[in-house]
Amino acid sequence: MSNSATSLSQAHLMMGLNSLQLMFYFAAALAIVASLKVVTGKNTVHSLLYLVVSLLAVAVCFYLMGAPFAAGLEVIVYAGAILVLFVFAIMMFGLGQDETLKAPQAHAFKLSNINIWFGPSLIAALLLAQLIFAIDNSAVQEKLTSNIIEAKQVGILLYGPYLLAVEIASFLLLAGLIAGYHFAKPEGVSLGHNDLDKQKETGGHS
Amino acid sequence: MSAIPLSHILILASILFSIGFVGVISRKNTLFILMSLEVMLNAVGVAFIGAGSAWHQADGQVMFILILTLAAAEVAVGLALLIQMQRRFKSLDIDLLSKLKG
Repeated sequence: MSNSATSLSQAHLMMGLNSLQLMFYFAAALAIVASLKVVTGKNTVHSLLYLVVSLLAVAVCFYLMGAPFAAGLEVIVYAGAILVLFVFAIMMFGLGQDETLKAPQAHAFKLSNINIWFGPSLIAALLLAQLIFAIDNSAVQEKLTSNIIEAKQVGILLYGPYLLAVEIASFLLLAGLIAGYHFAKPEGVSLGHNDLDKQKETGGHS
Repeated sequence: MSAIPLSHILILASILFSIGFVGVISRKNTLFILMSLEVMLNAVGVAFIGAGSAWHQADGQVMFILILTLAAAEVAVGLALLIQMQRRFKSLDIDLLSKLKG
């Protein structure tokens, strides 16, 4: 009786392991497909949509690997901040106009134009279904929580042995901020003392 | 010990990396080159996280966070250069930036 019970639980565990692996391969396949669509795309905004979906799929992979902290960072920083930077640059400065003009101009909500937003939303829906399956399935949960690396360990490492690297990363971010400001400045605008005073007088924005 | 074999994670990382690499060397539009660079950096992150979870060490995630900051700084500078390029050439064709060709 107990023998059969242990074999049953073993089979249960095996099934959990297998479904975990299957979910990983599924998310990996979605990430690869979305990355291919990013690289081969014609329209910049559509490629950006696929890039968001690819990053989300990779975040699901991180979650299944037992790194939920990294998965959250991937969603927040990559899909949230960096991609928003891309979107702002494209929308505000008209980047990528040369390619969007060649694409067929059509209304976004016409049914015949469904293929533009169908791909990213299909992949996102598949990822959502996978996430719901992972939350719902207790065997997968059991397997997931057994090999988790918590954010606490990461924080202890970050502010212990890697403290110098964190400082250097902060310098890198500051350098990126200054370089981004400097390069994106309109031409002919030099922020000398007089220019600053002039800007104050006119109350203006350049 | 992770449930997913490390070799499969590394295969995924190398596939993603090569997709991004092909994008970097084959696209003409600078914006697509930047996006492919993002895919490549992301693939490196996958490799780090996979290795970290295989040995059950948090170092992989630390390296991933550093890669994240690197990607953020790189995108800020790259997009600023892109805006400047759009202003000067009215185009994002990378072949226009060939004045340094020897």
